[in-house]
Amino acid sequence: MQKSSSKKAMRSPLAKARGLGSARHGVGHWWMQRLTAMGLVPLVAYVMAGLLTAVRADYGDAASWLASPLNAVAMLLLFGAGFYHAALGLQVIIEDYIPHETRRLIVLALMRLVMTGFAVLGLFSILVVAIGQRII
Amino acid sequence: MAQERPISPHLTIYKMQITSVMSISHRLTGAVLSGGGLLLVAWVAALAAGAEHFACMQTLIIHPLGQLVLFGFSLALYYHLFNGIRHLLWDFGYNLSIKGVERTGYVVIAATLILTAVTWLIAYQDIWQEAWQG
Repeated sequence: MQKSSSKKAMRSPLAKARGLGSARHGVGHWWMQRLTAMGLVPLVAYVMAGLLTAVRADYGDAASWLASPLNAVAMLLLFGAGFYHAALGLQVIIEDYIPHETRRLIVLALMRLVMTGFAVLGLFSILVVAIGQRII
Repeated sequence: MAQERPISPHLTIYKMQITSVMSISHRLTGAVLSGGGLLLVAWVAALAAGAEHFACMQTLIIHPLGQLVLFGFSLALYYHLFNGIRHLLWDFGYNLSIKGVERTGYVVIAATLILTAVTWLIAYQDIWQEAWQG
């Protein structure tokens, strides 16, 4: 018989895992990776389908494709969630393969810089196209 | 620096199995896709920069090397997507048995190959139709 009176018996596995590890951020990293992954599944499917035609289109058609509200928002979300997901994944890879602490920290910082920089460039470019198409 | 001491062989002798190969492939495709994301940003930036820059991007994409990069990217994308779903199922507690792991593994590989082929057929359907009629 389960001791329902004991509070500890009712803790979920996730509740037990929270806060463990020297940095206390392990579970947060794990959860954000899963959350962004779940969000990316429909986003990638939608954007892939759209890009199939947009990649071979001429400038005008490609720009109108990107400027439409649904596509622009999908691309914005894709870049946001996608680069965040990528940064988390690359972080784990870097932590696994670079044993030297200073070198590891530098590479981690550079990776985050590149991911953030390209994400912002992508967001900026989408807005430029979306607004530009509406001014003409 | 500490003296380099001998260690036992590991990667050179351990049998490759579907579990380990798919796991490292998931990591590899993830890294590749991170690079691919940068290329996608480049494409959008070319759009923002104007018709001239976009035309330059188009020539790169149409070039055989560009097509090879696109093909590799689509393979990596589908594999990482389907294996990612397999990971999410594990997180929710499904298919954790050895049989489940192996079965879903084969499903992921099959789905990757099929979807990649379908995508490329659809993308170039006009060329296939022409070849069929000609």
